[in-house]
Amino acid sequence: MTTRDWLLEDSPSSRFQANAGRAYRVFTALLRNPLSVVGGVIILVLILTAIFAPWIAPYSAVGQDLANRLAPPSGTHWMGTDELGRDIFSRVIWGSQITLTIVGLVALISAPLGLLIGAIAGYFGGWVDRILMGFTDIFLSMPKLILALAFVAALGPGINNAIIAIAITSWPAYARIARAETMTIRHAEFISAVRLQGAGPIRIIVQHILPLCTSSMIVRVTLDMAGVILTAAGLGFIGLGAQPPLPEWGAMISRGRTFILDQWWVATMPGFAIIIVSLGFCFLGDGLRDVLDPKSEGK
Amino acid sequence: MGGHMSTISLKNLDISYGDTKVVHGVNLEIADGESFALVGESGSGKSTILRAIAGLAPDWTGEISVLGKARSHGVDRDVSRQCQMVFQDPYGSLHPRKTIDATLSEPLAIHGIGNRGERVEAMLKAVGLDQRFRFRFPHQLSGGQRQRVAIARALMLEPKVLLLDEPTSALDVSVQAEILNLLKRLRREQGLTYLMVTHNLPVVSFLCDRLAVMRHGRIVEVASVEQLKHGQLTADYSRELMAATVASV
Amino acid sequence: MAPMLEVKNLRVSFPTHRGRVEVVKGISFDVGRERLGIVGESGSGKSMTGRAILKLIRKPGLVTADRMSFDGIDILSQNEKQMRSIRGARISMVMQDPKFSLNPVMTVGQQIAEALVTHEKLGRREVNERILAMLDAVRINDPKRVAGLYPHEVSGGMGQRVMIAMMLIPEPELLIADEPTSALDVSVQAQVLDIIDDLVTRKGMGLILISHDLNLVSRYCDRILVMNSGTVVEECAAGQLDKASHPYTRGLLAAMPTMNENRDELPVLDRTQWAGT
Repeated sequence: MTTRDWLLEDSPSSRFQANAGRAYRVFTALLRNPLSVVGGVIILVLILTAIFAPWIAPYSAVGQDLANRLAPPSGTHWMGTDELGRDIFSRVIWGSQITLTIVGLVALISAPLGLLIGAIAGYFGGWVDRILMGFTDIFLSMPKLILALAFVAALGPGINNAIIAIAITSWPAYARIARAETMTIRHAEFISAVRLQGAGPIRIIVQHILPLCTSSMIVRVTLDMAGVILTAAGLGFIGLGAQPPLPEWGAMISRGRTFILDQWWVATMPGFAIIIVSLGFCFLGDGLRDVLDPKSEGK
Repeated sequence: MGGHMSTISLKNLDISYGDTKVVHGVNLEIADGESFALVGESGSGKSTILRAIAGLAPDWTGEISVLGKARSHGVDRDVSRQCQMVFQDPYGSLHPRKTIDATLSEPLAIHGIGNRGERVEAMLKAVGLDQRFRFRFPHQLSGGQRQRVAIARALMLEPKVLLLDEPTSALDVSVQAEILNLLKRLRREQGLTYLMVTHNLPVVSFLCDRLAVMRHGRIVEVASVEQLKHGQLTADYSRELMAATVASV
Repeated sequence: MAPMLEVKNLRVSFPTHRGRVEVVKGISFDVGRERLGIVGESGSGKSMTGRAILKLIRKPGLVTADRMSFDGIDILSQNEKQMRSIRGARISMVMQDPKFSLNPVMTVGQQIAEALVTHEKLGRREVNERILAMLDAVRINDPKRVAGLYPHEVSGGMGQRVMIAMMLIPEPELLIADEPTSALDVSVQAQVLDIIDDLVTRKGMGLILISHDLNLVSRYCDRILVMNSGTVVEECAAGQLDKASHPYTRGLLAAMPTMNENRDELPVLDRTQWAGT
């Protein structure tokens, strides 16, 4: 029996095999969608670049070479150099680490937070719902970037504070989705059935409701990642995110702005990186949505 | 307390949903080991009574006691071990992301009962499901198989009372026969008491001992199944219901 | 006289990850100005048959037939625009649940009017008269009031009667009713079917009644087709159902509990007997 047969077995013999089989089916369905494959490859390249940055990058990210400042793209400097003579290609490579950290940490903080708050509000309803959602609405009613800006201004500029600020501004959207999903699920008969078996609210929310919200959450988070990258870049651009000399893509664009007319590559190259990675997340998110949508599953 | 004690006893039960009262002053005594049917059309309040006994419709006044103990208004862990429910829709009553094994193990985990693997295996066997279904997801099962799983789940805690909410109305005739046979056998083997809600009088004739006919939230008649079989229901509405059924049979 | 609807070797298939799967496997039947019942359990292909007649099966579903003609018109070669002039006007369909078939933001009267004027040009007064007459024909006591109601304001039984009114007002020649009463209470079921039956007989229409309920079909139809996994296993006159010969039909009849049920166990279909697997 091959691994594939084991995964596609109609009558799995353990819980692990059943779940692995389901994951495999989702994966193969994803492979059938060309755009999501493109997205997946981009994200994979981003991750690999971040991991192997020290070996890929030909130069140091911060090493200055004032003799060679603002050199156009060439064989020695593929993306040219910036105003301090730093190799832009190397900086973009190193910058992938920062981008990935931001994206990862924001997802890790905001998605579970939003999920939990939304599920609790949706499950209990009544005044719990009103308080939690009122709180959520206050955050939602303010533009993300402005709110993040205010937080960073209060916490002080820096990459960590930028991450915290972005996370704080992105959970409300997830709380809304989780609440909406929970409200449709909470009266389902399978939830009534576990209630009747004596399960408490925490057990019901964590073990029975959250697993049903996660797939739409994964899709939404993936699609939002592009926005997170842009917000991070925006913060970097106005000097409130990553501080020099960190090679953050948004900050790099900001520095290159001064030379945009004569030395276009300084601002454009990190811009490309932002666009490609954002697109990658969007493609992957779209593909995931087609595959993970619970309504289309099981047919 | 001597003499015969009711397994389920309802006294002066009024149930409301929000501001509207849907069940008015219902009195019922269901004996140990009995199979009792609540019959009526949609909106008659029959399912609401079942939900109130289960603890899913907490807005009631009067008295509900199960196995001699007065019932609280919410879901209650002790009651859940004695009284379980099977729902109507086999497609909506199983968690779509959990394997059959996980669904059946859950009640055991909630109550800290060990030996889960063996118990699940034994229960699958008892409801006539092959072991190869154990790690499947609900969407890999047919309607009848899902309903068997739902019955198995209700029996995992070894309850004395089973509340059945139209357990076969969503199923095909041939599958309905299988599930009815299963319910009849399980009741005999495990000495269960059934309270079943249905609109299908022939099903009552096959599975039940007594029935109550409901309309607009009130019981209009309580009769034995023998009376039903011989067309001896007396209330006007019951006769109407019988005529409508006979007409289509 | 040639039958109104002729179907020869109808096949409906859908693609799955294991290749195309046929849900209707080459069935043939004729319908004249009569009441034909198609009975079967879920997955028997009975609903797909009804939809195929109206070309309501969407891609990637595929419908083929050696012949499928209605009143001499070859249905398979009609384009979508031509089909629209047949659907509703000449062949109507009543679906299972009125909740999903009625438009929630239009009044009952408006919806019936729309069904009428898309197929016929009439003055406003005449339209109103026809609507009220039709609502009256489906035994709605207070047609003026009901015409002004929105779908959520009417009960299930009344909703289904409104659906029937909508389907019958253009005076089609053939009515396909797909489980028209399975969402309704028993007592309302009989009412609705009586109305369909009455109108069909009075106007000399053809009726295809699709249902899972053998008894119901045998009561309201002249002829019955029993379907199982995409094929017709038995065809008989409604009155002859008790003499049905196919083991599947017999099994279905036996599996149903009766009002005076004294069997200790209901016989269960042995699916291996004819499924050929």
